Amino acid sequence: MSRFEYAPAPESRAIVDIKSSYGLFINGAFTEATDGKPFKTVSPASEEVLAEISEAGPADVDKAVKAARKAYDKVWGTMPGRDRAKYLYRIARLIQERSRELAVLESLDNGKPIRESRDVDLPLVAAHFFYYAGWADKLEYAGAGENPQPLGVAAQVIPWNFPLMMLAWKIAPALAAGNTVVLKPAETTPLTALAFAEICQQADLPPGVVNIITGAGRTGQALVEHEGVDKVAFTGSTAVGRAIAKSVAGTDKKVTLELGGKAANIVFEDAPIDQTIEGIVNGIFFNQGHVCCAGSRLLVQESVYDEVLARLKRRMGTLRVGDPLDKNTDIGAINSAEQLARIRELSQVGEDEGAERWSPECELPTQGYWFAPTVFTGVSQAHRIAREEIFGPVLSVLTFRTPAEAVEKANNTPFGLSAGVWTDKGSRILWMADQLRAGVVWANTFNRFDPTSPFGGYKESGYGREGGRHGLEAYLAH
Amino acid sequence: MTTTDTGVDSLADVTSSEDRLRRFLLGLPGVDQVGAEARAATLSTRSIKTTAKAYALDLAIQMIDLTTLEGQDTPGKVRALCSKAKRPDPADPTAPQVAAVCVYPDLVATAKYELRGSGINVASVATAFPSGRSSLAIKVQDTQDAVAAGADEVDMVIDRGAFLSGRYGLVFDEIAAIREAAGDAHLKVILETGELVTYDNVRRASWLAMLAGADFIKTSTGKVSPAATLPVTLVMLEAVRDYHEATGLHIGVKPAGGIRTAKDAIKYLVTVNETAGPDWLDPELFRFGASSLLNDLLMQRTKLATGNYPGPDYFTLD
Repeated sequence: MSRFEYAPAPESRAIVDIKSSYGLFINGAFTEATDGKPFKTVSPASEEVLAEISEAGPADVDKAVKAARKAYDKVWGTMPGRDRAKYLYRIARLIQERSRELAVLESLDNGKPIRESRDVDLPLVAAHFFYYAGWADKLEYAGAGENPQPLGVAAQVIPWNFPLMMLAWKIAPALAAGNTVVLKPAETTPLTALAFAEICQQADLPPGVVNIITGAGRTGQALVEHEGVDKVAFTGSTAVGRAIAKSVAGTDKKVTLELGGKAANIVFEDAPIDQTIEGIVNGIFFNQGHVCCAGSRLLVQESVYDEVLARLKRRMGTLRVGDPLDKNTDIGAINSAEQLARIRELSQVGEDEGAERWSPECELPTQGYWFAPTVFTGVSQAHRIAREEIFGPVLSVLTFRTPAEAVEKANNTPFGLSAGVWTDKGSRILWMADQLRAGVVWANTFNRFDPTSPFGGYKESGYGREGGRHGLEAYLAH
Repeated sequence: MTTTDTGVDSLADVTSSEDRLRRFLLGLPGVDQVGAEARAATLSTRSIKTTAKAYALDLAIQMIDLTTLEGQDTPGKVRALCSKAKRPDPADPTAPQVAAVCVYPDLVATAKYELRGSGINVASVATAFPSGRSSLAIKVQDTQDAVAAGADEVDMVIDRGAFLSGRYGLVFDEIAAIREAAGDAHLKVILETGELVTYDNVRRASWLAMLAGADFIKTSTGKVSPAATLPVTLVMLEAVRDYHEATGLHIGVKPAGGIRTAKDAIKYLVTVNETAGPDWLDPELFRFGASSLLNDLLMQRTKLATGNYPGPDYFTLD
């Protein structure tokens, strides 16, 4: 018998219509940037230039914040919740209607597999808008006081790993609570945010309620430091989060930060082994490991270490790395040359520090930014690859002997965003969840998200929560 | 998690007493229901096109146990089924033959005669199929009848009542007795997973059947709903993979009942490919217990070759 070779099954690009250049979305219309230098966004899978993007300079930021302020004062802040809800429902439905197009666009610009953008990102994006639409006229029941009020203008800066999903996490609760927003997508992944701007137009959202400005770090800095901003929400690296916290110190801006992580994924000897292997794979290789809550530190009980490793390696051998638009691709492209360089550098550090590196045989495309799924064994707590966020498809494996040791090692990190526990014993799950200093603890699953469930970090993983009733609090004054 | 550190010796050991067998089966790693179903759902999203689809459709046809198990079966019905098995698509001689024809024991001789020289096996259900509610003596006799009539393969049912009440030794002994009675015939052990209900039970019953001498483990009789499902088949494929790891032996898997479309069959083949591995992409190690599936496979096959759907009337109903 010959082997079952899956023929290429590419999702068609014909559904997306990418313009050659994009302006800034301010006050309900696309406008030319007044200052700043345009930049290009590329497809990380092929390095093909997709479009030219405007950079918003200080004058553009100012214009956007003023538009948001005006919309807040005149329209959105005073609009009854049930009317705001209508707009949010409309946006949610438009996202569903255009989900195939948005999924293709996301995979093109970000490099993530179409299977994930289609089956994970887009359904969650729509669900987030539907969920917060439901809250818009029920804010007095959100646990934020009897008569909660919006904060005003929210400055939101989001990362490149889940471009549209992070946008939804930021914009949906802000608008439901009655705030207006200026959002800056990451410079490497602006296209779905710009498509979302079109959706706002399609939904007849009043001008200025949502403003999308593009650019890199400088634009973000100008936005969060703008005096007209009442609230800053940031998702990204701990270093930038720290700088933002400093810059808003002494102002009356409210801040929520969702930063890095180095999650422990803890496997006990009584774990449901086959599903555990899937969970380990999903924990670190989902979205090429570009996940702040990725299960990048695998803690395995010593008694089952050999078996877990053998099964994990066998499973990694079946991962399909390649064209993000192929429906059978499991692992896509690394988002940027810069990120690829960082992953390579830290992996080299892992080798230099004496950890053993292993990757399955896999052919990587020659064009674009690629990194094979990688596992490091013989890693100890002192290794940099066990402490620093790699933000790539690289897993560090450590061992433990007792539950107490697992907790100690899991918590021995400056981060505290998420953790996973794999065991058939219910009482141990509850005990572990109580002991782990992490905002999310998954039991017998990993990287599961739902708009009803709050998400956020302990320690250097940030503060504030997104999602659920708690996510509204970040956008309400008591 | 004892599967990979149990070598051949220790596996022989676990069947040395009922108590050891019980401890071994209860010590198998658990199956997380949500996780197993999520994995099966992810595998279902694989997109199999063009050359891969052509390969999968032909392979699926060759893996079919073309089945009729009705009270109303007659020699005439079985003869018709046999000619379908030999030449599934009268309009296209390149369509491959199926693996076997599966009937009740009293019709084995008819099928055997019709299929002589074709290379197609005759499979017979036995052991008081489908409920299995009879004495061991009668089950053995039933099996011997089928084999004497020429059955190449015997599809037996396990005693689900005994399994669910924890009498694993009884189930084991019965399978071993039928194994002996079946002689050289290939033994497929039907777990009737729709009655075992939990994935933990499916995994235990799979191991129990393999330890007792099954050549194949089979999901269902087709008389109980649900019959075969993708997650159940996934769990059974994991069991044969782990058993192979421990013993070096290849045990086959046969989902039966409820698989009616080519699309479904391809999902099963993807699951085989990515779980047990390419070795199992072989009619010797994977079968579909089905009847109506065949026509959909033939229709998709023609569509792939010609670009057109010929319509169901162009395929024979036997």
